[in-house]
Amino acid sequence: MTTLTKHPPTAAHKAPQRPTRPRGVAKLRDLRIALLFILPAMIGLVAFCLVPTIRGVYLSFTEYSLLGEPEWIGIKNYTAIFADELFWNAMAVTIQYVAINIVFQTVIALGLALLMHRVAKSTFIRGALLLPFLVANVIVALLWFWMLDYQLGIVNEFISWMGLPRIAFFGSEQWAIPTIAFVNVWRHMGYTALLIFAGLQAIPHHVYEVASLDGASPTRTFWSITVPLLRPVLALVLVVTVIGSFQVFDTVAVTTGGGPVNATRVIQMYIYQKAFGESDFGYASALSVILFVILALVAFIQMKFLKGNETDLD
Amino acid sequence: MTTQTLTTRKPLNWHRIGAWAIIAIALAVTILPFLWMLRTALSSNHSLASNSTNLLPADFSWGAFKRVFGMQTTDEAIAEGGSGAAIDFWLYLRNSILFSTVTTAAQVFFSALAAYAFARLRWPGRDKVFSVFLATMMIPGIFTALPNFLLIKNLGLLNTFAGLTLPFLFMSAFGIFFLRQFFLSMSREVEEAAMLDGAKHLRIFFQIVLPNAAAPLATLALLTFIGQWNEYFWPLLVGNDENVRVLTVGLSVFKSQSPQGAPDWSGLMAATIVAAVPILILFLAFGKKVVNSIGFSGIK
Repeated sequence: MTTLTKHPPTAAHKAPQRPTRPRGVAKLRDLRIALLFILPAMIGLVAFCLVPTIRGVYLSFTEYSLLGEPEWIGIKNYTAIFADELFWNAMAVTIQYVAINIVFQTVIALGLALLMHRVAKSTFIRGALLLPFLVANVIVALLWFWMLDYQLGIVNEFISWMGLPRIAFFGSEQWAIPTIAFVNVWRHMGYTALLIFAGLQAIPHHVYEVASLDGASPTRTFWSITVPLLRPVLALVLVVTVIGSFQVFDTVAVTTGGGPVNATRVIQMYIYQKAFGESDFGYASALSVILFVILALVAFIQMKFLKGNETDLD
Repeated sequence: MTTQTLTTRKPLNWHRIGAWAIIAIALAVTILPFLWMLRTALSSNHSLASNSTNLLPADFSWGAFKRVFGMQTTDEAIAEGGSGAAIDFWLYLRNSILFSTVTTAAQVFFSALAAYAFARLRWPGRDKVFSVFLATMMIPGIFTALPNFLLIKNLGLLNTFAGLTLPFLFMSAFGIFFLRQFFLSMSREVEEAAMLDGAKHLRIFFQIVLPNAAAPLATLALLTFIGQWNEYFWPLLVGNDENVRVLTVGLSVFKSQSPQGAPDWSGLMAATIVAAVPILILFLAFGKKVVNSIGFSGIK
């Protein structure tokens, strides 16, 4: 991920020169063995990453239904996409999902991390909070699909016990996306809290001691010290969350399948349906290219805006 | 701020009580759904409707698990509210274990080889090649999934274990990055000594580097295994056939076979438990490793 910018090349990055041998000789002697060492990874990189990337971009300029050969049609897929109401709907739905996800996940996780940092540093608690993140999306989705069921789900039983009308969580157009977002907030809450917690642990104690000696209130300390020093971690969390949420698929696939009507047809679902439902691989590839460009832009803007690769701790 | 709350133990510190209360609520919200999963799986499906709120299973029965493992006749299954369609989670469990173990072992091993070359060997273009590997972390999964599907299809490997595992076998950019960080921090002395003895790189790697890196290798293997076990999108594309179907895909099939209107909830929850238990066992055994590795960097 973009997190890597956090780790600038250290001194160890440039291997110290052994005085015993001239450098060039060592380099070339190492080259042969190095090639052997990276050969398998290289095969994977070229065959399943680089070539598919090029092929994906190429396919986006073609019409291809798996029958016969891809046929070059220039930018027609792209012009069609921009006039495609279902595409704009998919974007709107996805962005709505991303927004709900980001706000709730970040706020809840930050709160939990601060509380853990202050009163409960036990590994057991952190482990328990991490539990939902370790089971598959599919499992989490089915579990909540049952708990939020209109007729028998425990949540609706509780709602009706309180004398309120039952809610069709997955079955109504206005509730479906917030529900799916909530399910994913539940799954990632602990994981995100642990990431932020790790960032809090890295803030040196003496910074807080100085602040309390200066008589800074806890609120003041939080806004003037904790948040600025957490910035790289928060930037990382935001980038990971946004990029992850843009690619939501599993939860939608096993619960609503994109419905009701088009209420949960997120962009990845749309790509999947175009490619495997309608065998329109060219169009689906063009959609993927657009998604890729959006994600790259989002990551770039976030890193620039949050200066996520710089820290005030140095 | 933190030091004060930790050292001054006032008899009644409302802040601490409030903090603990919120943590307790968060724990309850996290754990209770799993208990509900178990409670549902151990209920008999027809009794769920009449008894939907009691914490204990409604009309305790192993029937749901029997259905999931294909141990009921079609008539029995239908009588208990199942779909009666043939479903065999033993097979999916085996496939998941095979898929996750093979991809994890190969991926971690090859990533370790590459990480060593990036951390310990000096060769022209090393850092440029490494940045290319890192850059691939930015590529969204769906983007390569379509062309990779076509590749596997053209190779005639749809619905085979080869097709299912190939894209994961050779490396993961995260794994290479993770292990490279560790190799960079390893002391060079033992290696240098072995060098002077004229030992070859390969021998040093297998006899010195790998044993010394046991802890990070285990952590990476654990994280990779969990990720592979939960993988859904790729197996959905290339492994829908019974013989190679993994648990995540099996679950979605089981759900879609459910009779409309009256789903087999207890069967479905029993199936999710079967799919989750191996991960829970791993987590109980090695939880500390996983918990402490979070924060090293974003893992998605």
